[in-house]
Amino acid sequence: MPAVQETVERVRAIDVDQYKYGFVTDIESEKAPKGLSEDTVRYISARKNEPEWMLEWRLDAYRRWLTMEEPTWARVSYPRIDFQDYYYYSAPKAAPKSIDEIDPEILKTYEKLGIPLRERDALLGIQREGGSKVAVDAVFDSVSVATTFKEELAKAGVIFMPISEAIREHPELVKKYLGSVVPVSDNFYATLNSAVFSDGSFVYVPKGVRCPMELSTYFRINERNTGQFERTLIIADEGAYVSYLEGCTAPQRDENQLHAAVVELVALKDAEIKYSTVQNWYPGDKDGKGGIYNFVTKRGDCRGDNSKISWTQVETGSAITWKYPSCILRGDNSQGEFYSIAISNGHQQVDSGTKMIHLGKNTSSRIISKGIAAGHSDNTYRGLVSAHRKATGARNFTNCDSLLIGDLCGAHTVPYMEAKNASAQFEHEATTSKISEDQLFYCLQRGLSQEEAVALIVNGFVRDVLQQLPMEFAVEAQKLIAVSLEGSVG
Amino acid sequence: MTINVRPARTAAEEAIAAALEASIATEAGQGRIAELRRAARDAFLSHGLPSRRVEEWKYTDLRAAIRDVPNRAPAPGTVEDLEAAPFVPAVPNAGRILFVNGVLSRAGSDFAALSEGVTALPLDTAIAAGDPLADRINALSPSRYDGPLALNTGFLGEGVALRVDAGVKAARPVHIAHAFPGSEAVSGFTRTVVVVGEGAEVTLVETFAGRDGVAYQSNHAVELVVGDGAVVNLVRIQEEGDAAFHFGTLMLELGREAKLNLFALAQGSALARYNVYGRFEGTSAHAGIRGATLARGRQHSDTTLVIDHAVAGGESRELFKTVLADDAHGVFQGKIVVRRAAQKTDGRMMSQSLLLSDRAEMDNKPELEIFADDVQCGHGATAGALDRSMLFYLRSRGLPEKEAEMLLIQAFLGEAVEYVENADLRDLLIERISGWLEKRAA
Repeated sequence: MPAVQETVERVRAIDVDQYKYGFVTDIESEKAPKGLSEDTVRYISARKNEPEWMLEWRLDAYRRWLTMEEPTWARVSYPRIDFQDYYYYSAPKAAPKSIDEIDPEILKTYEKLGIPLRERDALLGIQREGGSKVAVDAVFDSVSVATTFKEELAKAGVIFMPISEAIREHPELVKKYLGSVVPVSDNFYATLNSAVFSDGSFVYVPKGVRCPMELSTYFRINERNTGQFERTLIIADEGAYVSYLEGCTAPQRDENQLHAAVVELVALKDAEIKYSTVQNWYPGDKDGKGGIYNFVTKRGDCRGDNSKISWTQVETGSAITWKYPSCILRGDNSQGEFYSIAISNGHQQVDSGTKMIHLGKNTSSRIISKGIAAGHSDNTYRGLVSAHRKATGARNFTNCDSLLIGDLCGAHTVPYMEAKNASAQFEHEATTSKISEDQLFYCLQRGLSQEEAVALIVNGFVRDVLQQLPMEFAVEAQKLIAVSLEGSVG
Repeated sequence: MTINVRPARTAAEEAIAAALEASIATEAGQGRIAELRRAARDAFLSHGLPSRRVEEWKYTDLRAAIRDVPNRAPAPGTVEDLEAAPFVPAVPNAGRILFVNGVLSRAGSDFAALSEGVTALPLDTAIAAGDPLADRINALSPSRYDGPLALNTGFLGEGVALRVDAGVKAARPVHIAHAFPGSEAVSGFTRTVVVVGEGAEVTLVETFAGRDGVAYQSNHAVELVVGDGAVVNLVRIQEEGDAAFHFGTLMLELGREAKLNLFALAQGSALARYNVYGRFEGTSAHAGIRGATLARGRQHSDTTLVIDHAVAGGESRELFKTVLADDAHGVFQGKIVVRRAAQKTDGRMMSQSLLLSDRAEMDNKPELEIFADDVQCGHGATAGALDRSMLFYLRSRGLPEKEAEMLLIQAFLGEAVEYVENADLRDLLIERISGWLEKRAA
């Protein structure tokens, strides 16, 4: 059929420049020697002017990492990673003192990405979209290049700074909470991160404070052959509230770049943390060459009673995603939520999901996962819900739906449900289907093109999750979904 | 990167390895069967008993559970046959094949009295005579290593081969009864091969029962080929003795427009695992795979399904109900695989469990693995206690608590039992379930 042929041609044309964040910023950077050894760890620690205890912490992690094996249980396949073939630290050469001193090249990069770093512009930009203010911490390769709205946040008592600064300025907080949610030797990648993490964000919201604005971090991997190992630590003290968003991009490169982050959230009594991610790392080209390996450990600890942690993620990028944002529902009446959209196209492989560990009484959790597979991709939801002996009255509702577009992709669901308490109530439902002919036909006869129709239907499919995102980002995510699915019809 | 370092063999593994060697030495022979045994032994030697580190055995750790392995029993005599009687439930109107302590009882079986068009042969006879049924042995075995199945193949010898001729509608059910009446612990391994010809129809009943307090091990595998357009009803009643270990495997192949209606009731044994490997080989086949598990005390009962839709238009319905009391541990793992070619597949899987005690544990793992886009697949799983408001309603109508509970449990299980089409068998199942509930209430 000629019509089909035409679509195929169009798809081919689109595929190549589908990833619009794939440009490279040409700046001079300073890198650690290639490979990983105790010296690399010492180098990073020294570059960050870290106190002795931090170096010891890193070295301990490195030694443990040497004894660990790379996990292979996820439903992803990739050639063996040579961990000696990466740079573990890369920083723009001229270290900026303030935003005005930032290399204009980097500023341009963030402008291209749509991340306003200068506060004035930020205000203008964001206000035009009619929303609240957003404080941004931007991480370029291994270092944080700028944090905005620091002063305004400080007035409210909120600490928002690169974690490398926090280690120096608030060692008591960092010591108390770092590694308390994701222990040093939690898993292979978390241990690697503990040894070589370079930067990331640190947030502390004091007792009873409702953080006056959205906090946001923007990660970008620029340098060739680098790994980015960010570490984020967010603490909401009693009765505090914070909403946090992260976004990620990387240039188009032939080789696979490595990203192994650790995010720890601590919610004390009556506190609430809302964590949203729009992950758009470079997914590789149409043949599956290049792209980011995204091996991330994210975990939230509802440590106090009545606390709440909510994860929302829109995953459209990365060649390989291995990511399970989890909640430990320790406090009585605590709540965990996980809303996820995972889209895979081309040769992407996604193995993502969540863990809800019910320990306290009357804890509840809710999981809404929407997986969309297109092209040659594989999209797996893997999740655990467990209620321990003492988790009286635990409740969980899980809904994971998968949508397949095309007949060369795969969608998989692997949920684990472990109930050890009779009063726990678990409900799980999962469906897999394709876009119905009826829906498509209806849209087409209203004059929409095939691709517009698919984007519209998919947006309907993921609506439950999009509604959880802060408004400005929901708009961005919606656009991202359309872009990610470009070329998937035909 | 992962290097599989096998830990040292446990005492039980050593004993099994030695028993396998001995069995292979005495039953030595040439040909396919001898080769199957040797291959199974080699697989066992390299993999051993599955531990919780093996994904499929995450919740049922045989390496930890199996401490020793009793010997196999000699062929039964008249005394054993008589002893077996209380462990063989009466199945109305059925022709019977009897295994006592895992060994075929020729005297206790009605080989000659089965329905017309239904042929049954002792497995050794089929092998010796070169019957085509013998070529089917292990033909449906899964490619992945399965510990209990490897043992079943390693000790291959006892069993029965059944053939239902094309077009035959068997008038009487075939009842394959496994009884372990002895007061001494033994191991029994049987293999049943069933080939149902094109357009034929048959009802099979498998029952398993044995003496309480005896730690026997009962390991039975069935290979079932349902021909094009054929219909098979299979009812399985597992009521092994309370100290026994039970391993059941069903390997199933469905032809074009074939239909299987399976119901598996599990309420016996200290530890049980029922593994179903179903494969849709012909288009537009239908499989209804349902069951009920009842466990109390410290019982551990595991049902694991892998339903593989290899061709288009298949329809599968899985529904499993689990009731757990005391410290019982229930496991349900179900996987629906839909391959590229299996467009228009319609698969639904549901596991529901009722926890009657705070110490009971239910682990559910329903999986979907889908490679075709034009499919409808879904699964659901629930776990929870009895609905208080329903209990209250019944009690407000004057029912004692225990009775109200029983009524609700019966209703819960009834949703699965009602799919059994044969009224006699449905009544038999309800009777067995009521028996369990009354025993628990007492």
